Amino acid sequence: MKELLIKIIQPVIAFLLAPMLLGVINRIKANFAGRKGLPILQPYYDLWRLFHKGAVYSTTTSMIFKLAPIVCFASIILVVMIVPLGGGSRSLFSFNGDLILAAYFLGLMRFFIVIGALDTGSSFEGMGSSREVQFSALAEPALFIALAAMARQTSSISFAGIFSAVDPKMWTAGCATLLLSAATMIIVLLAENSRIPVDDPNTHLELTMIHEVMVLDNSGPDFGFILYGSALKLWIFAAIFVGMLLPISAMPIWLSMPITIVAIFTVAVLIGIIESCMARLRLLNVPNLLLTAISLAVLSLVFALRN
Amino acid sequence: MPVALTGLCVIALAGLIALFIKNEKHCVRFGAAGVIVGSVISLIPALKVLISGNVISFVAPWQVPYGSFYVELDSISALFLIPVLLISSIISLYGCGYMLAYKNRRLGSATFFFNMLVVGMAMVVMARNSILFLVSWEIMSLAAYFLVTFDDEHESVRQAGWIYLIATHLGTAFLLAFFIMLGKYSGSLNFDYTNIFQTTGSSPVSVLFLLALLGFGTKAGIMPLHVWMPEVYPAAPSNVSAIMSGLMKKMGVYGIIRTIYILPTVEIWWGWLLIGLGAVTGILGVLFALAQHDYKRMLAYSSIENVGIIIIGIGLGVVGIAQDSQVLAIFGFAGALMHTINHSIFKSLLFMGAGAILQTTGTRYMDLLGGLIKRMPKTASAFAIGALAICGLPPLNGFIGEFILYYASFFGAITDGVELVVTTVTAIASLAVIGGFALAAFANVFGIVFLGEPRSPQALNAHDVNAEMNIAMAILAALCIVVGFASPLILPVIISAVLPIVSLNSDDMVFHISRIKIILFIISAASITFALLAGILILIRKKLLSKNIVTKSPTWDCGYLAANSRIQYTSSSFSQPIVDMFKSVLFSKSKAVKITKLFPQQAQFESSTPDVSSEYLYRPIFKWVDAVISKMRWVQYGVVQMYVLYIAITLIILLVWKLR
Repeated sequence: MKELLIKIIQPVIAFLLAPMLLGVINRIKANFAGRKGLPILQPYYDLWRLFHKGAVYSTTTSMIFKLAPIVCFASIILVVMIVPLGGGSRSLFSFNGDLILAAYFLGLMRFFIVIGALDTGSSFEGMGSSREVQFSALAEPALFIALAAMARQTSSISFAGIFSAVDPKMWTAGCATLLLSAATMIIVLLAENSRIPVDDPNTHLELTMIHEVMVLDNSGPDFGFILYGSALKLWIFAAIFVGMLLPISAMPIWLSMPITIVAIFTVAVLIGIIESCMARLRLLNVPNLLLTAISLAVLSLVFALRN
Repeated sequence: MPVALTGLCVIALAGLIALFIKNEKHCVRFGAAGVIVGSVISLIPALKVLISGNVISFVAPWQVPYGSFYVELDSISALFLIPVLLISSIISLYGCGYMLAYKNRRLGSATFFFNMLVVGMAMVVMARNSILFLVSWEIMSLAAYFLVTFDDEHESVRQAGWIYLIATHLGTAFLLAFFIMLGKYSGSLNFDYTNIFQTTGSSPVSVLFLLALLGFGTKAGIMPLHVWMPEVYPAAPSNVSAIMSGLMKKMGVYGIIRTIYILPTVEIWWGWLLIGLGAVTGILGVLFALAQHDYKRMLAYSSIENVGIIIIGIGLGVVGIAQDSQVLAIFGFAGALMHTINHSIFKSLLFMGAGAILQTTGTRYMDLLGGLIKRMPKTASAFAIGALAICGLPPLNGFIGEFILYYASFFGAITDGVELVVTTVTAIASLAVIGGFALAAFANVFGIVFLGEPRSPQALNAHDVNAEMNIAMAILAALCIVVGFASPLILPVIISAVLPIVSLNSDDMVFHISRIKIILFIISAASITFALLAGILILIRKKLLSKNIVTKSPTWDCGYLAANSRIQYTSSSFSQPIVDMFKSVLFSKSKAVKITKLFPQQAQFESSTPDVSSEYLYRPIFKWVDAVISKMRWVQYGVVQMYVLYIAITLIILLVWKLR
């Protein structure tokens, strides 16, 4: 009973807190720039407003355009139900190989965002989707090799298994693997969530955007789903990153879950700092960054081979 | 067994009778009815074998020296026979609608060869005698040749026919050598071996394996033996491309699996070789697919990519057998077979969709299309499901096969042995790369062809195709969904078919199999949850929008209102960054007029990506062969009597040599 409650409460927490990650990142960037910044709860206001607006559909679009936000949001909700929150806990859909299912539901989300963008017939959105598929095709092997390294290190092929195997002893034995996998994960996180240095969510020029330009034509509740979806996606990647690093599996759940949540917000702060200190890369250089991620993942695997 | 053979006779007879039916419509329909009725008859024993696990066989005397009419249906054969029968029936239904578009053409021979192709494939999976196998193999290959060259008034089609004929016979040459060697070492041309050659050491076994790999690999399309596919699939009528890509190339996969089953031992390096070849085939296949402008050619490369995935799976299985890793062995083969079956469903579907587009627009050039989803919504929905399935996205069937392969690889990665880890992680990384780029390739095809604004009058005037074609596509699309959700029921059947290949069995295995069943149930539950969520979200959006104004307006193109179709992104521009990134392996050619003046008047750009191995590997070889052979021209007179004399002389020489 208690276990089921934990499984249900995890997605609920994600739903309640994920938009705040965007607020935290914005606040950090504002502070760095010496501005006062938006309220941290601004993303919630935005979502509320979007969900209560009407919508404008382009005459070029078909049912794909209307289907895309729905499928994207449904896929990310499912991923939220797969990735557990906090050291030793399990999620609603925890099983051996759940990491593959999660990665492929993220793929489904991407496919629909891309074809939704192509449905508008806009060349800007075509540009964005072309970049999106290129960069995520490169991020995919990095993610999978890093997960394989972690799986090897922890002798487990589920998120719950990997997270619960990370304890202080693992840190002494497999420090190199953990750190290198985490480094891979942070690059994949930045790329998949359209963050600097891969993509600038606040840029003003459509020509240089990736993710934002693909959703130019979405409006009202549809755009709300997409915005909420990206917040949840960021939450998921942060949760995986944190889960791979925090040696808290021995703690009771009422302690480990809050620690995980705090850590996820720390990741948001970290993203804010990265975004404040770096310029985005030229688009032509982004593949190099992702190739670096692949190399890091391979290195982490090499260290994991010793077990 | 007689039941299965009766079914095949029905198919062949229907084809034969169709030859003489004057009315084209009746002729095609009669042939298709034959395929469907015959398939239903033959499916009964195949399903029985698959469910019960029994083996049924049938031997009849045969006049051919060394040959015997020895056919057998075990669960591996049944696993290939069922898709062959089921999907050929659906393709023949599609053919009823598709072939009639060829006006003023006699369809009798095409119907006959189509039915013979089905019979040939069914015989290939059932034959247990080398001679019978080769005869069936040739019936299949030649029937396919005549189907490919159906449209033979076009130069390109005749050219493709030649390439196919040469490729398939080079493949058969290796098979001939393989079967002769197999016969020599095992002492019998029947497949019921033969522990004889365990004594002869391992080296001939490896030679046998390599011969089979070359021979069957040509049919399956392993790089660099794939060169015929990108030429042949676009040239053939689309129902023929569907049956060739969906089913006939799987005979190559069957051959490789059967060979591994027949051979007494396996070597671990075979597995490494297979995984390496699979990775190269898969990754290069998908990259070439991305670089194409012709959607049927793109689908051909995507077939090659999927064979790469299947070969990776077989490689994992072989490594598993060699290393005694049960999970790797069982799930490697099971994943490969699952993906084989799935691919035959969605690739046939995609080629059918391609045929529908081609029929209504008359162009194979993606950048001339666009906006077809509004003009042919039925084809578009079916194609979308096929595209999602082939990308391996849940909750459709493509995901299940890939999941099993990932599962096997991840399992291999966490068990002991550095060798195993390197192998399995290679598999994981290749699958991830292939998956990522396949998504790019199919988002490209679907997005450019079906979405946006039409880019040409042909696309503007497109319309949905006739009922037979739509029904056939709908059935296959439904199969993609059903197999995806019903995987917990299907995989155990495949696993039990795989068990004899790996010849491992223990309590441990039972545990692993029951575990994968539970995992697949959870995946199905997740898929159902996903579908429910999507439904709920649609309702929520409806509720939210009901209180507000919903308007329509042109696409907001950052200030350029009413953008015309010419400034839309094209498939070439969509794939350009990736193609550019891999220019060192793709060797894309592009031609552009350099802009020199400040106010340029006209600009031009064209790009193409021809096949690297056909350009740089086969062309030089065949040029050389051509040069050598042309020196032999003096024996050619073009007089038939002369050739008869040559044959007679050869026979006499052979006779003398034998009686010496």
